[in-house]
Amino acid sequence: MQNFSAASVNFSQTRKQKGEYTTAPFDPRFPNTNQTRNCYQNYLDYHRCTKALAAKGKDTKLCDWYRRVFTSLCPVSWVKRWDEQREQGTFAGKI
Amino acid sequence: MAHPSQLGFQDAASPIMEELLHLHDHAMMVVFLISIFVLYIITLMITTSLTHTSTMDAQAVETIWTILPAIILILIALPSLRILYLMDEINDPHLTIKTIGHQWYWSYEYTDYEGLMFDAYMVQTQELPEGTPRLLETDHHMVVPTDSPTRMLISAEDVLHSWAVPALGIKTDAIPGRLNQTTFTTSHPGLFYGQCSEICGSNHSFMPIVIESSTLNSFETWSNLMLEP
Repeated sequence: MQNFSAASVNFSQTRKQKGEYTTAPFDPRFPNTNQTRNCYQNYLDYHRCTKALAAKGKDTKLCDWYRRVFTSLCPVSWVKRWDEQREQGTFAGKI
Repeated sequence: MAHPSQLGFQDAASPIMEELLHLHDHAMMVVFLISIFVLYIITLMITTSLTHTSTMDAQAVETIWTILPAIILILIALPSLRILYLMDEINDPHLTIKTIGHQWYWSYEYTDYEGLMFDAYMVQTQELPEGTPRLLETDHHMVVPTDSPTRMLISAEDVLHSWAVPALGIKTDAIPGRLNQTTFTTSHPGLFYGQCSEICGSNHSFMPIVIESSTLNSFETWSNLMLEP
């Protein structure tokens, strides 16, 4: 396995090894075709998690799982819209 | 892929489609048997001068023509339900691909692979390379590794669309503000064509879908090429 930093990403080095294909696994809370809530809940959980851990001064690395799941599931345009809403303070969810 | 004189389905490219084809053949056999039997009875009845005008209380025949159709219906319904629940199964997908319907093209997002995103427009007839199907070819193919369980998440940005690939047995509505999930596994490499299947405006017929199933190594090469600036 190779380590790569976000600063200088050489894409030819990001080639994944066999068996390293991890995406969001099956979530028994959302067993249906409709995955809208799965995406939204993980987006909320990520931001709640970072907020709570940052408030305690702890490392927010633990929250990366939620980010992994919601980036896997949410359309990029949705995440962009929610991020903008959070910046403007108009995001409807409770974080 | 489909061809002009085609009567049945396209060849199956996924285990689910294989199952669907078997169910179709099974149901067709039942339909043929019933049709032939009914036609035989009709010809029998219109070619004979013997008629029963006063048959009453024929309990035996009443019982048979109630129980027999019930058994036939169960023999069709049970395999049908089996496939219905089989299609719902999610077997730990290897990767997630999102497709978003737009007026009038599909965009694809492979967010498991950094920012791998692209739009797939139909290739216009005058620019069509030799040997590619007209109105079905796109400028970018959705590449997937063969034999990998893949999760498709389908949504739309503007109006209703529907993402359909007959060879894989998939058709899922793309609805604005909602994420629909479906899974598939391609059983062999190849190009599988599909079209938008929900009337979505004037260019509804001109937003085709092309899935390119290839080996894991080719998929990796492709994803790295797509990511390079």
